[in-house]
Amino acid sequence: MINPFAPIGRAVLAILAEIGRFSGFISRAVTACFTPPVFAGQFGRQCLQIGYFSLPVIGLTAVFIGAALALNIYVGGSRFNAEQFVPNIVVLGITRELGPVLAGLMLAGRVSAGIAAEIGTMRVTEQIDAMTTLSTDPFKFLIAPRLLAATLTLPVLVLVADIIGVMGGYAVATSTLDFNGATYLRNTFQFMEAEDVILGLIKAAVFGFIIAAVGAYQGFNSKGGALGVGRATTNAVVGSIVLILAVNYLITAFFVE
Amino acid sequence: MSTPKLQLKGIKKKLRGRQVLDGVDLSVDKGQSLVIIGGSGSGKSVTLKCVLGLMKPDAGQVLVDGADVTRMPEPVRARNMRKFGMLFQGGALFDSLSIWENIAFRLIYADGVSRKDARERAIETMRKVRLAPEFAEVRPIELSGGMQKRASLARAIIAKPDIIFFDEPTTGLDPITADAINDLIVEQTKELGCAAVSITHDMPSARKIADEVAMLYGGKIVWRGSASSIDHSGNEMVDQFVAGRAEGPIQAVV
Repeated sequence: MINPFAPIGRAVLAILAEIGRFSGFISRAVTACFTPPVFAGQFGRQCLQIGYFSLPVIGLTAVFIGAALALNIYVGGSRFNAEQFVPNIVVLGITRELGPVLAGLMLAGRVSAGIAAEIGTMRVTEQIDAMTTLSTDPFKFLIAPRLLAATLTLPVLVLVADIIGVMGGYAVATSTLDFNGATYLRNTFQFMEAEDVILGLIKAAVFGFIIAAVGAYQGFNSKGGALGVGRATTNAVVGSIVLILAVNYLITAFFVE
Repeated sequence: MSTPKLQLKGIKKKLRGRQVLDGVDLSVDKGQSLVIIGGSGSGKSVTLKCVLGLMKPDAGQVLVDGADVTRMPEPVRARNMRKFGMLFQGGALFDSLSIWENIAFRLIYADGVSRKDARERAIETMRKVRLAPEFAEVRPIELSGGMQKRASLARAIIAKPDIIFFDEPTTGLDPITADAINDLIVEQTKELGCAAVSITHDMPSARKIADEVAMLYGGKIVWRGSASSIDHSGNEMVDQFVAGRAEGPIQAVV
């Protein structure tokens, strides 16, 4: 007789096994970040790749979101004569939520997929095995620099996104919503608190870690040629996005409480 | 009796429920070239991966100069890897690095040699494998298959290893380029005086580079003898493999 609970049990065991493998991978990767040798050149290259080259996509996302947010808040606010709160709510929304989350989601697509594809290709073409035979630990050479670079550069990118996002709102508010520029900026800075920005930057660092860790894990464990690399890339993007959204809620709830 | 450079004792490995290696015993002395032959899926690559530490055997020992590397702590094992050189089947050159950086990878990143000195040694090794120095700055993708194999050979020998492993060194090459690679393998292993372990399907290559040949079948070494005795081994599996016949004790995997 077929046991109806067997498939559920198998699925639960598979999920637990995956969590165990991921935890082991993370523990080895984090240890590699803080033990010599340190490949400074690789770290610098990854900071450029993950941080600097992501600036255009982050800037464009921020400016359009800031602008759209200003318009929506104006429409919503006008329903109960609260249009003057546009700068306050734009800065709150951008710094606490939209800046880090949208930057995280954009980089899940750009960076996590890139890391999974690059490391996955190295895995299926035996380049990672070759590295091991050349007395070089792939965790130290490939994974630690990416993990550190993503964790450290994402907060910087989010800070830039915060500024550009607020300026997007400012541009729309002053050009089409008849706001006075000086008043808009004064309201923005008076209302904004350090905690809002710090919360966003903490989220960004955590999201950066997630993006690099999930991408590297999927790539490192990919198998089966091009198909396997494709699957690893898809899993990296989907996994990063789901984790970012879940962790975003947990961090927000923790700070609100 | 001197200690073998490399010795495998009772290596067992099961993959996806199949007993791929079922007690492999092998030994290679300093200066000796051993070629392991066997059909596709017979476990040749798994044997090599167990020796190199890329896979952990379920049972058995891998002894290098008499020391069991399978029981060594990771840092000691990593240091021990410096005795090994490896030429991978597809070359396994790093796409993001230039040819000279690929060849000098171990010197720069594991041995701490300055980039200037490492580059000079890489160019010198490129000359040894007949790879023109003007290719030093190009990426692997810009080289032909034969040139990539030469670069990969240069990477394997640059640190003067005690044992070199060759995984299907001539696969995917035309017969003339394959013969040139075989000549280079013989020349460079003789010059270094190191032990060499190769796995291949290619019998002309095996005849050229081997002092001894071992046949792997059913997870075990079923025959071992000198390269010159392979045509009258008295083993029907070796005879079938050497003759390339579909009929015989070995069932073709199709």
